[in-house]
Amino acid sequence: MFSLVAIHKSYGPVRAVGPVDLEIAKARTTVLLGPSGCGKSTLLRLMTGLTSPDSGEVRFEGVRVQPDRWPSLRRHLGYVIQEGGLFPHLTAWSNVTLMARHLGWSGPDVDRRVEELGQLTRLDRPTLLRYPAELSGGQRQRVSLMRALMLDPAVLLLDEPLGALDPMTRFDLQTDLAQIFRSLGKTVVLVTHDLSEAGFLGDLIVLMKEGRVVQTGTLEQFVHHPAEPFVRKFINAQRSPLEAVAPVA
Amino acid sequence: MIQCRPSIVLVAFAALWAPRLSVAASAADAPPTQQTLRIGSKLSTDSVILAEIATQLSRGNGVPAEHLRQLGGTEILFKALLSRQIDLYPEYTGTITQQLLHDPRIVTEPQIRAALAQRGIAMSQPLGFSNNYAIGMRRTEADRLGLSAISNLVNHPELRLGFSNEFMARHDGWPLLRDRYALPQTDVRGLDHDLAYRALAAGSIDATDLYSADAEIAYYDLRVLDDDLQIFPQYRAVYLCRADLPERWPALPGALARLPGKFDQAAMVAMSRRAKLQQVPEAIVAADFLKSTLGIRGQAQVSGFWAMIGQRTLEHLYLVSLSLTAAIILAVPLGILAARWTGAGRIIVAIVAVIYTIPSLALLAFMVPLLGIGVWPAMVALFLYSLLPIVRNTHTGLRAIAPPIRESAEVLGLPAWTRLWRVELPLASASILAGIQTSAVINVGTATLGALIGAGGYGEPIVTGIRLDSKALILAGAVPAALMALLVQGLFEFLERFLVPRGLRSKPGLA
Repeated sequence: MFSLVAIHKSYGPVRAVGPVDLEIAKARTTVLLGPSGCGKSTLLRLMTGLTSPDSGEVRFEGVRVQPDRWPSLRRHLGYVIQEGGLFPHLTAWSNVTLMARHLGWSGPDVDRRVEELGQLTRLDRPTLLRYPAELSGGQRQRVSLMRALMLDPAVLLLDEPLGALDPMTRFDLQTDLAQIFRSLGKTVVLVTHDLSEAGFLGDLIVLMKEGRVVQTGTLEQFVHHPAEPFVRKFINAQRSPLEAVAPVA
Repeated sequence: MIQCRPSIVLVAFAALWAPRLSVAASAADAPPTQQTLRIGSKLSTDSVILAEIATQLSRGNGVPAEHLRQLGGTEILFKALLSRQIDLYPEYTGTITQQLLHDPRIVTEPQIRAALAQRGIAMSQPLGFSNNYAIGMRRTEADRLGLSAISNLVNHPELRLGFSNEFMARHDGWPLLRDRYALPQTDVRGLDHDLAYRALAAGSIDATDLYSADAEIAYYDLRVLDDDLQIFPQYRAVYLCRADLPERWPALPGALARLPGKFDQAAMVAMSRRAKLQQVPEAIVAADFLKSTLGIRGQAQVSGFWAMIGQRTLEHLYLVSLSLTAAIILAVPLGILAARWTGAGRIIVAIVAVIYTIPSLALLAFMVPLLGIGVWPAMVALFLYSLLPIVRNTHTGLRAIAPPIRESAEVLGLPAWTRLWRVELPLASASILAGIQTSAVINVGTATLGALIGAGGYGEPIVTGIRLDSKALILAGAVPAALMALLVQGLFEFLERFLVPRGLRSKPGLA
């Protein structure tokens, strides 16, 4: 679907990413994983056209994306960010339907699609009539997901979508996301620094460090065949608190 | 203070515009179309009375005349005359030579006439009184010491002198006086002109500078000392008018020719005093003069208090609403441009900020050579002033939108115009509205200055009140202006409920 070829990107003297070659598999969930500042969000921004590479190519379905192609290409992308990026002056419903209405969808078409997505994300109609400030953090992310899915995009890009949520909400939403990804069968790229989230949601995990890809594979491969000591260190850094507790007999 | 002392700012800007005077004059050579005689007056009581007399005399002779009252300072009046905004106004010969012609070789009356004729201006015969710089003392004190002329002061080095700050500073003021008369006094201080009168009356100083037609001379019972060496320039009252006045209104020259010589010093002081100290409307003072001197029944037009307030309210609203609307139409797009392109943004904000820092009086003075006097120059000045708060708030409102929100709109696929219209402007609406509100409130206050160039509004009673030292008149303009500012403020708070989206006003909660 997306491929990044020999990508370099620096912000001033600081190298953010590079060199990176990456293939995003169709109809699979690819997780970009790594510590803060490893360049995983930059890769996602390169796939939205919000950032352009210093050198190298971003290809979509095999064709290099020229800057003037982004506006039309973006209709095939769904984008969710940490705090949702919802427009605070519009109700959840207006946020979700803004683009469809701009494209001239009919009222019944809009309603039908919102109905479907509401069921998928488990948001009822009264909730959709509220403003973002009147919603909980988890509800906001669900609305943001509805907005991203409204035009039935080819690719769903999520930048730490659960990063700002409390653990309980996060757990619920992880479960729902896994189910949604499975039922839709879309190409998904998800950025996170949370190993268990990556293992739970990802078909394929791309572990990054200082702007480069360290290892690509499944969580199992990471544990049993780490490509370098950093992989083991990263896995061990995310120990479970339960290990310290004596098992219940 | 009778003779107009133009503010330093006005003089400075008049100097800047000096090269434009000839341009304004030549551009105005087109044949006049208006058929009402327009008579101007300065922001001084004697000027208003003289202009009112000319106005009523013209009307009495069948010439429709309009009196544009208290249009500010000398520069504004003279420029208005040059550019045909007005046809006639009262002036002093000393002011013409010292401030308007800027040529030390022009001294005598024929020389003045010749210099003015080159500019298409004619000067009447002297009206009969003059308003020179003079030195005044308490009559009792002068009598006791036997003083009648300035040269007598030489023998009294103990006298305490208090001069207006301007007189202390002018080279033809105290320095000239001291040198030419060899005055020995050492206790000499500078103070405000109006305070000097009170200090003199209270006995804390013994002599001060004044104008020989000041109403206070009689009020405080002062003796004016003769300028026996004749060192002060002559400030003889005359009318200045367009040279083509006789062609346009053939009846006029004959009528106005009856005035020269009819004003003696005492009569003028008495008229100023009636207007200033007894607060008799100038129109009535002028009508009484015409009746007693020429046997003409003048046509005083004095409107009632509430009619006046109503009229001023309409004028003020007109100034504010039109200038503000125009400012919104230009400033919001400018703010959008500034937010979108950082480089252009800096330049745009800098330019409107510089305009905003020009003192309002100076900006008005700027407008006169370009647009003449009346409503339009005031409108343009108010429009320019209103730009900054709106441009700046539009700019900062748009820049304050969080990058994730902007980027979400971009990745959603909305085109730039739709993003601006559907996302960015609504998010900046509270800030933009606050900018417009600030502009509107400032505009209501600044519009009062429009009275200085004949735009009317609440400034009219304020300016008159300051000139006549009438607190009631000042309040008659200031209170409605303050009320209007409050109403405007309230109106915008009301509008905010409808224009700012509800989502931006509801409280964050339900975490």
